[in-house]
Amino acid sequence: MNKTEFLAAIAEKLGALSKSDMENSLAYYSEMVEDYIENGKTEEEAVAAIGTPEEIAAQILMEQPLPKIVKAKVKKSRKMQAWEVVLIVLGAPIWASLLLAAAITIFSLYIVIWALAVVLYAVDISFAAVALAGIWVCVLSAAMGNAAQAIFFAGIFFFFIGAATLMFFGSNVAAKGMAKLSVLIIRGIKHIFTGKAEAK
Amino acid sequence: MDIQLKRGLLDICVLAAIKDEDSYGYRIIKDMKPYVEISESTLYPILRRLETAECLTVRSVEHNGRLRKYYHITRAGLERLSAFKEEWKEIMAIYSFVTGKEGKNE
Repeated sequence: MNKTEFLAAIAEKLGALSKSDMENSLAYYSEMVEDYIENGKTEEEAVAAIGTPEEIAAQILMEQPLPKIVKAKVKKSRKMQAWEVVLIVLGAPIWASLLLAAAITIFSLYIVIWALAVVLYAVDISFAAVALAGIWVCVLSAAMGNAAQAIFFAGIFFFFIGAATLMFFGSNVAAKGMAKLSVLIIRGIKHIFTGKAEAK
Repeated sequence: MDIQLKRGLLDICVLAAIKDEDSYGYRIIKDMKPYVEISESTLYPILRRLETAECLTVRSVEHNGRLRKYYHITRAGLERLSAFKEEWKEIMAIYSFVTGKEGKNE
């Protein structure tokens, strides 16, 4: 493969990118080939050393937002035949609902992850509320001279204020973990579309 | 090596490669080679990412009748490098704790 073919092959796979992004990528790889040649490689050797257009395009697409990747992968390089259009239109009740189902599944996965975080904080707040109620009843009991009851509710107060404090830090850690998890999920979905494992 | 860890380390290595002198893609890869292997296709997204983060700026220079892009480190890039050095001290402390303890158990 010579330099022109190499760049054309990359460009073809980056159809969904904006013009400036595309030009930027091609300028980089063109410069790279030239620098290899300047350092004693032939044009063919230079292209071979840099890698295949597939892995290069996959690396560039990984950095793009998800919708662009999907667009790049779905984009057809040729005109569709009439019968393909007919099939797509007739099949719409099936594929449209499948697509919708997939989108809803991903969306609900997100909601579940974040609902978990919200639940943790909600439990935490209710612990704090119990602690407040405990100290209130404790003071009331003390005021009414019921020492045993006051001590009991003081215990309730200390137990729940401790639990709430501990859980607050626990919830923070969990929320961070969930943020990481959702990033990983997005990367995973991107991998499905770019079809390449991350470069080692 | 852990992928997330390596991703972050490569960013730092690229910044280090342009720290003293502006450099270009081919030379960055060559300069890094004795320490860490990086492919052309891995370097490109890193350069774009660092440019977006304003850790480096790009200028085109004419060379042998064509353009070559030179990357120049910014103040933010230098700050990122020194932040890394600080962080690494903590990691080294953990490392010596881990290896020291293993030595005693054996």
